[in-house]
Amino acid sequence: MNNFSIYVIPFCTGVLLLLGFSVLKYWRWIKRFDKLQQAIIRKNIWSWKFLPAIWEAFREGLLHWRIAKKNWLLGYMHRSLAFGWFLLIVVGFVQALLAFPDGHPFWMAIFYNYFVHEDNLLVFPDAPLFADIMDALLLYVLSGLALAVFKKLWSRPLGMKRTTRHTPLDRVTKFALWCIFPLRLLSETATSAIYHNGGFLIQWLGNGMAGIGIADPYFEYICWLLYSIALGTFFALMPFSRYMHIFTEIFLIYFRQLGVRDNADQKSGYTMFELNACSRCGICIDGCPINKELDITNIQGVYLLQSIRNHDWRKRQVSIAENCLMCDRCVADCPVNIDLNVMRRHVRIQNKRPIDTSGNYSYLDTVQPFNAIGRVAYFGGCMSHLTPGTTEAMERIFQAAGQKYWYMDRDRSICCGRPLLQQGFTTQANELRRKNTELIVNSGATMLITSCPICYRSFKEEYHLPIPVFHHTEYIDYLLTAGRIKLRKSDRRVAYHDPCELGRGCGIYDEPRRILDATSTLLKTKDEREHSRCCGFNLGNTTLDTEEQRKIRNAALENLRQPNPDVIATACPACKKAFTRAEEFPVEDVAEIVAENLIS
Amino acid sequence: MNKFGFSIAHTRSTDLDTANLGKAEELLQRVPSYKLCIGCGGCTAACTAGLFTDFNIRRIHTQFARGQYKGLDRRLQSCMLCGKCLLVCPRGVNTRALIVEMRRLLNNTDPA
Ligand code: SF4
Ligand code: SF4
Ligand code: SF4
Ligand code: SF4
Repeated sequence: MNNFSIYVIPFCTGVLLLLGFSVLKYWRWIKRFDKLQQAIIRKNIWSWKFLPAIWEAFREGLLHWRIAKKNWLLGYMHRSLAFGWFLLIVVGFVQALLAFPDGHPFWMAIFYNYFVHEDNLLVFPDAPLFADIMDALLLYVLSGLALAVFKKLWSRPLGMKRTTRHTPLDRVTKFALWCIFPLRLLSETATSAIYHNGGFLIQWLGNGMAGIGIADPYFEYICWLLYSIALGTFFALMPFSRYMHIFTEIFLIYFRQLGVRDNADQKSGYTMFELNACSRCGICIDGCPINKELDITNIQGVYLLQSIRNHDWRKRQVSIAENCLMCDRCVADCPVNIDLNVMRRHVRIQNKRPIDTSGNYSYLDTVQPFNAIGRVAYFGGCMSHLTPGTTEAMERIFQAAGQKYWYMDRDRSICCGRPLLQQGFTTQANELRRKNTELIVNSGATMLITSCPICYRSFKEEYHLPIPVFHHTEYIDYLLTAGRIKLRKSDRRVAYHDPCELGRGCGIYDEPRRILDATSTLLKTKDEREHSRCCGFNLGNTTLDTEEQRKIRNAALENLRQPNPDVIATACPACKKAFTRAEEFPVEDVAEIVAENLIS
Repeated sequence: MNKFGFSIAHTRSTDLDTANLGKAEELLQRVPSYKLCIGCGGCTAACTAGLFTDFNIRRIHTQFARGQYKGLDRRLQSCMLCGKCLLVCPRGVNTRALIVEMRRLLNNTDPA
């Protein structure tokens, strides 16, 4: 048996280029990990964490579970292309190994049919079975490809309204990829027309081809050459195109399992892995309220990453990063779990650096310390001062539960610092955080309860306080379970709005629902939990004008009013204020509903 | 420390022949909603930072609009970007964008 032909050269060149550039790129990124990230890797590298990483890489890189959960057809498309091709390669290698027990060049698995002309029955005992399996796998991949072509024409049935606008290089690479499998089919058919060495599908097609008189070694050779060129082109372009995500995602999953996280202050090696693990699938586009309600379609995660990756003109990068509500919807939707909003903050921090000077906060010293030993600390948050109903309700609940409390920002509030942080003013935010930390730690309070999800997330994620932090819905839920307060069940019908920072931000979905279930009839809405719509007034954005914010809010209101509730409940003062400003519908905080129904 | 919600402002006058309104005009370009401001002072009344001090956001943006830029940058650094002013403004002025853009203009840095 022959095992070399000139036409394998394009393929081999492509593979070598792919290997060379990938190793170079990954090496450069790994060297860029910052000190903390390096320390985490060094600490965990010999742990068992590679086991869950392997499982996750298999599940997400090949089976695409998260995508399938969004839309099974879309999942099938990605899975058949990824897993199907993977199996073609693996089974191809086994097949070549059995046919050439004494070793074979690495391209043998790819061009097997060309080189092994003998009747399958004569090669090795199970060869006919292998031929059939390979045909079935090729069919599997081709079905995914057909769906991909169909999606290009009409993406709705695959669960996507808008798809990504790709760069020219990505389009060329995709074209090369799309050519690979039909060319393989054609080449194998051409070979089987002459030598009758195909499986159930190829042989049937080959007989057809021979039937119309094409059984020509010259034609066969051209087909295999084109197939090799398509493969070579794809592999050579891969490190510079979106398809770099295929390998990068595996690394990202591994580093993430080791405990490495992105850091908004600088572009680290991990950032590079995240930037390149994005498959440009475009799943982050449809859910974004700025796309949905305002038809602005160039700021979503995929374009943010694109602009950072391509070192776009700074101004473009900044305007993309600034025009976002930080509602985290895209973060929840992204099947690769890329920390998109850390990336946005990264650009914002760069941009604000010249004006991120120290604050003019001399007034912080006028806030007096308080001895709160034996009490809980209650932090209403700036926004709660605009919704006094919420803070009054909380005070009534504390009293009903017999809980001593310290309302730390009753008359002089210091912002938690998250709004500044989200805009990229780190220095100023740190001054506020330092003061709040000092006040809380020195007070001796046993826990911190806050009514504002923005503050809640900040205290929880960004402060590292020595005492536990609760949102008031968690706290009320605890009081109810512990039997420290009792509630009447009213017959009011309530629709609950999940605030971005509380739901997607901190994963608090069940506590408010349990409370509302205990006091009223809780209704389901179409878009809830992870799919909840932003109220439009999220402080993450300074670019949208009020009219645009109102449109986003109205869409959220419409979703909430659809099941025809008597009242809309939420658990965030900013959402509440945003909704009440529409002056259309009664809106109450969960705390207010609880306070009204207390049985004393 | 400012105990009351109000204090008496110094008399001010703007000589429009000499005032340099360049930055003020640029501000209106960058934050068009500021054209809607009626100077009601709702922003100042709600302001978290203003509770402690004589930081007065309405006065700052009014002065800015009249070309009196001196000392404003330092004063703007008292703002915590908490967004209360935004939610109370009856005219829908994007006050937080206003604050960030004033700071950008006063420091001659690029717009977003
Ligand atoms: S950011 Fe995530 S959801 Fe968006 S295109 Fe990239 S991988 Fe897909
Ligand atoms: S955080 Fe929200 S507003 Fe920003 S891009 Fe993602 S979905 Fe859109
Ligand atoms: S609340 Fe709005 S309209 Fe009133 S002064 Fe402030 S910015 Fe102007
Ligand atoms: S954002 Fe600034 S000006 Fe507006 S209320 Fe908060 S501290 Fe005051």
